[in-house]
This record gives sequence, C-alpha cells and structure tokens, in this order.
Amino acid sequence: MKVSYFPGCTLKNKAKDLDTYAYKAAEALGVTLEEIENWQCCGGVFTTAQNEVATKLSSVRALKYASDRNQALVTVCSACHNVIKQTNHAMQTDKAFSDKVNRYMAEDGGYCGEAEVYHYLEMLRDLVGFDKIKEKVVNSLKGRKIAAYYGCLLLRPNKVMRMDDPENPGIMEDFIRALGADAVVYARRNECCGGYISVESPDAAKRNSGAIVQNAKAAGAEMIITACPLCKYNLVKQGADIPVVYFTELLAEALGVKEDTNEQQ
Amino acid sequence: MNNSKYLRDEIIRMSGVNTSKCMKCGKCSATCPAYEEMEYHPHQFVAMVETGDIEPLLNSESLYKCLSCFACIDRCPRGVEPAKVVEAVRLTAIKKQGANRMTANDVPAMVEDDTPQQLLVSAFRKYTK
Repeated sequence: MKVSYFPGCTLKNKAKDLDTYAYKAAEALGVTLEEIENWQCCGGVFTTAQNEVATKLSSVRALKYASDRNQALVTVCSACHNVIKQTNHAMQTDKAFSDKVNRYMAEDGGYCGEAEVYHYLEMLRDLVGFDKIKEKVVNSLKGRKIAAYYGCLLLRPNKVMRMDDPENPGIMEDFIRALGADAVVYARRNECCGGYISVESPDAAKRNSGAIVQNAKAAGAEMIITACPLCKYNLVKQGADIPVVYFTELLAEALGVKEDTNEQQ
Repeated sequence: MNNSKYLRDEIIRMSGVNTSKCMKCGKCSATCPAYEEMEYHPHQFVAMVETGDIEPLLNSESLYKCLSCFACIDRCPRGVEPAKVVEAVRLTAIKKQGANRMTANDVPAMVEDDTPQQLLVSAFRKYTK
C-alpha cells in the first residue's frame, strides 16, 4: 500500500525520531510513505476564524496532492494532523471558505475536500490492523508498563477529528497492547501539556505537564508515548523523570527495526 | 457606542459563534487548562462579547493565555465553542498596526538546543498577524 505522507517542519529537525521510525515501521508493515513534494509548514495551529484563508492554503495544497494521486494523506505529528484535518473539514462544509480558497488555487485546479486524512495511528488501526501488527512483532514489549499521552490535538474538536472517544480514548492503548506491553490508563491523558505557552509562561506549562506526568506515574507508568513533538518537549522540559518517547520509536522497536527504546534514553 | 456594536458584530461574524446560546454554566472555564493565568475566563469572553463589552478583553493578557486545546469547544453542553470567541478577539487585537505580540526579531532569543520548530511556529501563528 502506498500513501501520501506529510511530515511537517519539526519532523525534519528536532523530532527526527518521530519521522525516521515512522518510515522504518511502515516499511516493515508493507506500507510505503511517499513524501509529498514541496510540502509547506501547516502553521502549527488551526486558526478558527472563518475569514482566515491564506494561513490554510499549505494544508489545502497537501490535501490536493494526495487527492490527485488517489492516496490517503497520512500525518504523524498531532499538530499537522489537526490543522490539515480541520482545514479539510472546512473545505467540505464551508462553501464560502472553499470558494475563496479555490480562487487562490485556480492554477492548481479545484479542490473541495475529497482527500481522506489519516493520522499514522489511524492508518495502523484502520488500514493495516492492530491484529496484523501483533503478528509482525518480533521483540514483544511484554511486562513494560506504558502510558499513552494523547494531549489535545489528536482528539479535539471531536466532531471534526473523529479519531476516538475524546473523553475516554483507546486507540493508543490498543496500539500498546498490540506490541505486547501493558497499557497504563490515567485520567490526564487527554489534557493539554501547555503547548506554546512555554514560550512566555514556562511555569504555566510546568503546572500542566507536571500534573500529567505525576498522574501517569501514580497509575504505574514506566514510560510515556506521544505523537506530538511539542508535547514531548513540554513533558521532558518540565521535569518528566520517566522516558517520554514517540510512538513510532516504540513501534519500530517491537517490529525489530530499532534498538531498545529504554536504552536510548 | 456605534464602534462597540460594530466590533461585536465583527467578532461574532469572524468566530461563527452564537453567543446568545450560552447558559452560563461555567463548564468551559472549569475545564480550561489556562484558567489560573486568565483575568477573564472563557465564559466571561462569551458573556462580554454578547453584551458588547469588548474593550476590556482587547486589552487583557488573557487573550494570549488560551492554549488552543479545544477543551472548551468539546465540553460545552450547548455547543457555544468559546475558544473561537477568544480567537476572534485576539485576532482583532493583534491586527492593529504594531500590536503583534511576537515578531521575528524575538525568535533568536527563544531558541535553545532542544526547542522544537513546532513551538515557535505555533506561538508565531497565535501571537502575530
């Protein structure tokens, strides 16, 4: 299976592990990630104002690229996923917005929200199947106690994202169990880490991130996994004393295409 | 007075939010992860825009504390979507000439070895117009 892949700015720099192991694990599962040519940064945050157009064009170009190839558009960073999926939803449901966008896009041909957007986790669940992943595990993570940190952007707003139950999600726990590990469920797994507030109020970020890590540890977690470079940064920077790794690293380790995730920390 | 009516209509149009649907239960503020940093909380944004009392919001630091986590949007029992109101007021404030919260010149001082691009890109998107 071939899919169009949108990596995003951080994955080519500070979050190379998220990208590298996304490729390696996909290859081991028989999926080819075809990186979108000349992709442009998504902007990091979806602007909800209805009169915002220019800030959403990079997402539309990526969506159109995938749609032109009849491929699913796969993202791995939570922020890129959120921005691109919300933009696609606006293209499907807001006629005034899509008309304006298509005037900008006249030379590229029209686009009205035809592409299907999958987060890598959704690709694993819906296109590959957790059962198939279970069969391909060569290094079982049996006995490891791993907590999934969803944060905000994978789940909300739910009427657009539709990944999972936004208040009691299970996709990442099912992912962890497919790799043979124990999934640690804790209350704060879908609360905000503080996001970009760490630019001007590190204390506020510390309060949010600290509460998440403490909650995960109290539930027995020995490791936290995330899909978001900014979540990882905040959890680590604000004092996590257990390893915080990208979910693709864990997947690559279980599939035998990466060394032990614990040792690397 | 005319100006405040214009501002109110503009913010409501930009946000797409019907502020009159709010039943003032306060759930948005109760679930807000930036509550402690805010002078005006999400439910107050909705109420003050509804009544046209917008100037205090335009001048408040609270505009820059919203994390865009969408918690208030998902958890509002009336579907009011308070974060969209906060965003519309913030854009109104930073669109004024010279009112950007962050400029490109501020970026170098923010970069440390472990700073992810996403942090700067997101902050820039929220604080700059």
